[in-house]
Amino acid sequence: MLLEVKNLTTEFKLKRGIVKAVDDISFTIDKGEILAIVGESGSGKSVTSLSIMGLLQKPGKVTGGQIFYKSQDLSTLSKKELQKLRGNQISMIFQEPMTSLNPVWRIKDQIMESIMLHMKLSKKDALARTIEILETVGIPSAAQRANDYPHQMSGGMRQRVMTAMALACNPELLIADEPTTALDVTIQAQILELLYRMREKFHMAVMLITHDLGVVSEAADRVIVMYCGKIMEEADVRTLFNNPMHPYTIGLLKSIPQIDNDSDERLYMIKGMVPNPLNMPKGCPFSDRCEQSMERCTQEMPQLQDIDGHKVRCFLHDAKEGGSAKQ
Amino acid sequence: MLRYIIKRLLMLIPVLLGVSIIVFLIMRVFSPDPAPIVLGQHATQQAVAAWRQVNGLNDPIYLQYYHYLTGALTGNLGTSYYTKLPVVKEIMSRFPATIELAIVAIILASFFGIVIGVISAVKKNSIFDNAGMFIALIGVSMPIFWLGILLIILFSGALHWLPSNGRINPLLEPAHITGFFLIDSLMAGNMDAFFDALRHLILPASALAMYSMAIITRMTRSSMLDTLQQDFIRTARAKGVPEGKVVRKHALRNGLIPIVTVIGLQLGSLLGGAVLTETVFSWPGIGAYTVECILKSDFPVVQGVVLLVATIYVLMNLIVDLIYAFLDPRIKYSKKEV
Repeated sequence: MLLEVKNLTTEFKLKRGIVKAVDDISFTIDKGEILAIVGESGSGKSVTSLSIMGLLQKPGKVTGGQIFYKSQDLSTLSKKELQKLRGNQISMIFQEPMTSLNPVWRIKDQIMESIMLHMKLSKKDALARTIEILETVGIPSAAQRANDYPHQMSGGMRQRVMTAMALACNPELLIADEPTTALDVTIQAQILELLYRMREKFHMAVMLITHDLGVVSEAADRVIVMYCGKIMEEADVRTLFNNPMHPYTIGLLKSIPQIDNDSDERLYMIKGMVPNPLNMPKGCPFSDRCEQSMERCTQEMPQLQDIDGHKVRCFLHDAKEGGSAKQ
Repeated sequence: MLRYIIKRLLMLIPVLLGVSIIVFLIMRVFSPDPAPIVLGQHATQQAVAAWRQVNGLNDPIYLQYYHYLTGALTGNLGTSYYTKLPVVKEIMSRFPATIELAIVAIILASFFGIVIGVISAVKKNSIFDNAGMFIALIGVSMPIFWLGILLIILFSGALHWLPSNGRINPLLEPAHITGFFLIDSLMAGNMDAFFDALRHLILPASALAMYSMAIITRMTRSSMLDTLQQDFIRTARAKGVPEGKVVRKHALRNGLIPIVTVIGLQLGSLLGGAVLTETVFSWPGIGAYTVECILKSDFPVVQGVVLLVATIYVLMNLIVDLIYAFLDPRIKYSKKEV
């Protein structure tokens, strides 16, 4: 087991109240595994990744739980030890390639910075490594493009540079926060393909954060569905797509447009909106949008239960009730 | 780039024409007649008339301006009504003192302004931040001459640490080569003179620096607060770059553009002469001298100084623009864009 997140809770203390962006979540990532975390905006995906990286900005704060990397509790590490992990063993790709690169530094200097920092290479060797990694991520004439500034590159190229930067020190865990959101579809496919190739090549684990189920079905081994800071369902990718258990997951899957669907039916839509984080429903956070909501759902929070490795948080599947999936 | 610089320098011409016309008119319309001031209250009518004739003040105003302009084009800005010395010489004998004071002041102001501003931004809302912003508030609000007087009372009057007026002990004054005593004394190898000049600079430069420092501090803080929120700062942290380096190497370079702008403008205004500071510290610079000349209606000198200050402002802005291109690769002054 490479990464283990145990009962992680992250809160934002705002003037109007406390927002639990991540609420008691637990999951693991194995070596070489691609874990997708899916959810709408505001479901806590990005906050989860920033919590793992230790990059939360005020007023955000991890208020509970632990994060173990190679069985080491990250909260016990000093700032310096964390800096040694970041960019080296755990690295991250952000979703905004246009703004995530320093506009006044050359590409090569930005990549060389982390190589020289973590791998202790000389300037010359670091440059060679930089050009090598730029070539790996598919940047043509890498030796020349390395001298470019970010504004001289397109969005897809910049995302490749971001990826190259994250891969520069051969990380064991890559957190990719919506790496393809800002890109057009063909570039999306190329970046995903690249991640996949890197995983094969370096046996690196990937935590892929996305709201795009198409991306998930293509790339992931295992999927976690998050809603309002909570894990709603977790299963391996095939099980989740073939046999989704949570009404929210079912809704998400139904709202993917199917190209082979000839009927004139309108695309399915989950009704309602994500609840205001300052004013959460008392019971299940999805209860006010759920088509199968019961009296109990609005009163009590269902527990996440493990049904043969398929985890789901819903009273419809409550073992005590003897309920089963009704679809 | 060279093309851009030449183009900007050519733009100096209309600016100087406009400025010279305005100052020419203002002096002649609003200032008292210089003749009785130069010749004294008891001068005869004939003497006044003769003096006006000699100095061309009886000509129509456009003709006076024409003569002034043709003279200026050959580098002749006229002579002072009082000392009878060429204006260029008058200005040059005082300008180095102003430059020296302004440069030392802007160095102090930039250094402390940027340091306090950066730390305030990094430690936002901390005690240090509040203290820094309090000092900045005092700096922008406190009249410089008053601060100057307080400094004199404390460091010169009570503690006797530093001299309160002049540029240097007259006995140590080095030969005027550049006019900058710090440089002249070093060139002469006279360390006593160097340190004496430096000691004379400390109080007026500190008083003068206070206001600029306050402005630079506030600009640095807000610019850094903005930059530190940027995505690429998060990227740098995610790379495992130590926080100090994130601030210095990633954030500051990006946040520097508005700071450089403010520093440039401040230096421009300091070079125009700090009237009150120069008066309080009896600093033989251009500022106090200009005010004296305005009061005495010494037209040629005032015109000369105003042209000089206008030129400095234009050049300062040009330099700031060139520094932009150096700081930010996205800014380019290519042929197409100009």
